[in-house]
Amino acid sequence: MTGAPGILPSRAPSAVELERQAFRKRQGGKSVLISLASTLVVAALVWVTLLNTPGWAAVQQTFFNGEVFVASLPRVWEGFLLNLRVLAMASVLVLLVAMLLATIRTLRGPIWLPLRAFAAAYTDLFRGIPLIIVLYLVGFGIPGLGLIPVRVPAEVWGTIALTLTYSAYVSEVFRAGIEAVHPSQRQAARSLGLSHAKTMRLVVVPQAVRKVTPALMNDFVALQKDVGLISILGAVDAVRAAQIETARFFNFTPYVVAGLLFVLLAIPTIRLTDWYTARVRAREQVGGIV
Amino acid sequence: MTEPVLRLEGVSKSFDEHVVLDGIDLVVEPGEVVALIGASGSGKSTLLRTINLLERIDDGQIWLSGLDVSDPRVNADAVRARIGVVFQQYNLFPHMSVLENVTLAMRHVQRMPRVKADAEGMRLLERVGLAAKAKDHPDRLSGGQQQRAALVRAIATGPELLLLDEITSALDPELVTEVLDLVRQLAADGATIVMATHEMGFARDVAHRVVFLDGGRILEQGSPAEIFGAPREPRTREFLARFRA
Repeated sequence: MTGAPGILPSRAPSAVELERQAFRKRQGGKSVLISLASTLVVAALVWVTLLNTPGWAAVQQTFFNGEVFVASLPRVWEGFLLNLRVLAMASVLVLLVAMLLATIRTLRGPIWLPLRAFAAAYTDLFRGIPLIIVLYLVGFGIPGLGLIPVRVPAEVWGTIALTLTYSAYVSEVFRAGIEAVHPSQRQAARSLGLSHAKTMRLVVVPQAVRKVTPALMNDFVALQKDVGLISILGAVDAVRAAQIETARFFNFTPYVVAGLLFVLLAIPTIRLTDWYTARVRAREQVGGIV
Repeated sequence: MTEPVLRLEGVSKSFDEHVVLDGIDLVVEPGEVVALIGASGSGKSTLLRTINLLERIDDGQIWLSGLDVSDPRVNADAVRARIGVVFQQYNLFPHMSVLENVTLAMRHVQRMPRVKADAEGMRLLERVGLAAKAKDHPDRLSGGQQQRAALVRAIATGPELLLLDEITSALDPELVTEVLDLVRQLAADGATIVMATHEMGFARDVAHRVVFLDGGRILEQGSPAEIFGAPREPRTREFLARFRA
């Protein structure tokens, strides 16, 4: 019953509207000039200050050395590929475990109390422990038990530790999403004769995931850089490779190389999150300038 | 003697200290259209929700085609599958197309193959003039179209009883007619309907029986002519007078 938006009959704008448009155009031009000028001034100030610090020459040599950059890039890149593999594996595992935990916490009835209590205790525990301690406990503790006869690579323990910690956070995000779906949706689904499980799977969870996608992507960005922590277990990832290269060249530039690679990895996800959030916002508030 | 579709005996329900239903007795025969009228808070919605087992009753019994559905041993999902419900706020699933909304119960409760469910869903949507909207999501539809889609979703599995909970209360006046016309059509096709409504003109037109609820009790019931023409109870007269004003 609503007319197609954006299709208006062509009509010559009134004098008042023309004057308003001209004013907005002048204002717009002025703000672009001001922002350009202020950006340039700040950038120039930072640049000049940095160049005039007493130690700049030495810092530039040890952190931003072009030759070392090029020479260390292949090794650091090779390590970075390990980070990417761990990231891919861990993010899939995190989504699965987190969804399982969130679903367990929504179960009603006294039979499920032990499972519910376990899920609640799990999220409390792993949101509380620093990731680095989880890495040590898993990476050195579990092999120390002597349960597993073969030597398991450090990156596997790293993936497990990351999954343990991040699942706790992400399950809370999922739970918030599930609780944000209006109860009337659940009632409509149950009224059709759908079971609790099917109602969750077909009606509640799909809507919950849409609601929390920006928050999930934010956690994904955090995970992207925390995969660098597996280096403390001895896995030769980008960070460990940079450390080795640093020792080889007596120069810190390889760390900058590794840092740059992580930033380059994060930027597309961050942009994607912004784009998605903007799209959701545009869909939910039709029009409006505030 | 045919079994009544719905029979309630002494149904009572309280929320904390507040008594919402106070010993409701009601029989609904196959093909009968029963309109529940009464002020807000008189218990109309709660009564519908107890029949559909969305609320647990404190006392009394409810039979659906002879089965005591208030018995905790019956499978509530199976009971709900036999009853169609339409809510005031449509409650369509926003992440699914109109057709997916309509076929959800066929596919996942009746386990009908998707192709067959889609064909049946399209047939029903065509009947109510919504075939062109089948692939759209509900937010692209007007309120009246959404409520008609919700009605189709409720009848898609061929339920033996249809519960309508003030289904035109959220609609603009000009959209009310298209929804009520569809209900009229369903009633003419022989559907058994219990509806809570504030549309007195419609209740008079379509209902076989009008039930006046007040303070969780059935104060009086009868044919539309009796209730609207010559109400016995002063409370009923008082209530109806407000609609004529």
